[in-house]
Amino acid sequence: MSIVEETRRALLVLFPELAAVEEEARAAAQAEAEIQAAEEAAAAEKDENEMDALLAERDAVRLDAESAKQSVAADEDNLEAAEQEDPAAEKKEKEPEEEGPRENGIVLTDHASRGTDIDVFCDPDQVVAAAGIMDEAGFFLEAITGVDWIKEDKLEVIYDYNQYGQEQCRVVVRTFVSRTEPEIPTIMDVMPSADWHERETHDFYGIRFTGHPNLIPILLPEDADFHPLLKDFTP
Amino acid sequence: MSVPVQCRHDETFVLNLGPQHPATHGVLRVKLTMDGEYIVKAEPVLGYIHRMHEKMAEDGNFAQFMPNTARMDYLHALAYNHGYCLAVERAAGIEVPERAEYIRVITVEMNRLTSHLLWWAAFLLDLGGFSPLLYAFDDREQILDLLERITGSRLTYCYFRFGGVYNDIDDEFIAGTYAFIKRLRSRLPRLYHDLVTGNIILIKRLKGIGMLSKEQARRYGCTGPVARGSGINYDVRKNEPYSVYPEFDFDVPVYNECDSMARYMVRMDEIEQSMRIIEQALDKLPDGPVRAKVPKILKPAAGDYWASVETARGNLGHRLVCDGKKNPYKLKLRSPTFSNLSCFGEVAEGMLLADALAFMGSLDLVIPEIDR
Repeated sequence: MSIVEETRRALLVLFPELAAVEEEARAAAQAEAEIQAAEEAAAAEKDENEMDALLAERDAVRLDAESAKQSVAADEDNLEAAEQEDPAAEKKEKEPEEEGPRENGIVLTDHASRGTDIDVFCDPDQVVAAAGIMDEAGFFLEAITGVDWIKEDKLEVIYDYNQYGQEQCRVVVRTFVSRTEPEIPTIMDVMPSADWHERETHDFYGIRFTGHPNLIPILLPEDADFHPLLKDFTP
Repeated sequence: MSVPVQCRHDETFVLNLGPQHPATHGVLRVKLTMDGEYIVKAEPVLGYIHRMHEKMAEDGNFAQFMPNTARMDYLHALAYNHGYCLAVERAAGIEVPERAEYIRVITVEMNRLTSHLLWWAAFLLDLGGFSPLLYAFDDREQILDLLERITGSRLTYCYFRFGGVYNDIDDEFIAGTYAFIKRLRSRLPRLYHDLVTGNIILIKRLKGIGMLSKEQARRYGCTGPVARGSGINYDVRKNEPYSVYPEFDFDVPVYNECDSMARYMVRMDEIEQSMRIIEQALDKLPDGPVRAKVPKILKPAAGDYWASVETARGNLGHRLVCDGKKNPYKLKLRSPTFSNLSCFGEVAEGMLLADALAFMGSLDLVIPEIDR
């Protein structure tokens, strides 16, 4: 299993409905595979009967039948493995990068054209859980930043995670907060490097990271009460 | 009659290191709570040279931000040129001619050499050695002269363009670069390693000092030589190959000692690896155009894009958010030293002040890059 797939599965914990849908799909695929395998086994048994008629020696027949059964079992395994990978591919097709409002969930993105591999969209109170999953999977925090979508009257908060492995997997976790009351829990307890990144985001966008013990300006002057990256900021 | 001085360990005092202190290389201030010579708490105070480059990016069109990129990490300005170009080229779907890619790699690696040489000089100056500075600057000048010939500037380059580079390189540059590499190769073992790396004073000041464990490095998001000195085999040029780096044969030096000496050794080895890359690129340099045809005003499709490059200090990321207009909707700059420095408070705790300064030097800080 590739690291992208592994991480995607780990992140599914955040979205029980999605996980349930996927589990159902997997179960259905497995059931189908079982039916198919049963049919094949029946066909094999038929062969066996024919063989029975053809071959006089019973021992030889038994040996043949056993080997046939074994190969059927092996086929079944292969089928199952093939089916298990399918839901991911299906999902990729099902969820194109839509332009309008996005639903919570996980999207696999093309690294060559986007620079990221997994794009997670979640509720503001889920970012701590997401950070915990990323930390457990051995990721490090690359950056935290905001985007001011003034026309939609909301602020986007973006967390970038990356890992040191030889296989590429960059994860983006994003969420929206309101523009009037921008509040989001801090992930500092999970990722100490978030300390400065959150202070910077607070400087530039005025997003309050609740639970942050030291949310004072880091890059702006210590008495700054403005947030320059908001689109309606005038110096 | 003299009375012996009584040391009271419950008494601490605050020491301001910087913002104008030669050891902080720029305007970094560190608020130190001291117990005698020992650091109880270290708190870096940033922002003295903050210029809000991210806002400037939103104000102009894509090309107008290009000169700004060189003014963040002024020691490895071409890597910032490269990172920004990669992000915009990814967003706008621009193909770069092969010769331009090779020239990019050659100039970026030469710039990396100047960065490491200057770090080496300044680091040893921190530790009290003056003459290494003169040797390193002698070598660095040679590269600056070469780069000046083709880029037009010596420090804050604006040489890359979307879809290529501004100028083609000429035979004199190629001959000069070969000659320089030969010269640096002959000087490295004697002037750099015999004189400094093997010096017992240097070893005593760096070995076992400033321990940054592998786990700490990960939790603080360290990259570049700082991470590689802590046993993390991570180099964007290898892990997330961009440009024509996969075509070259080079190693990523990794040291497991986790101390200041390990970080020192990583950079010294990287000087050699950079020379290897430059040589291979010059040998294989293809013919052709150095700039693709690109419209003057770019309007990339809406969406967000990330591009990472390896600068002399680590993973530099650009997050570009476009909304289909002619200026970036948002540009986030992920500077490597910002993350690398964030571990300072934890690591410097309990250290001698002089050791903490050696540790700070081994992080290779460039303050305008942290403050942006």
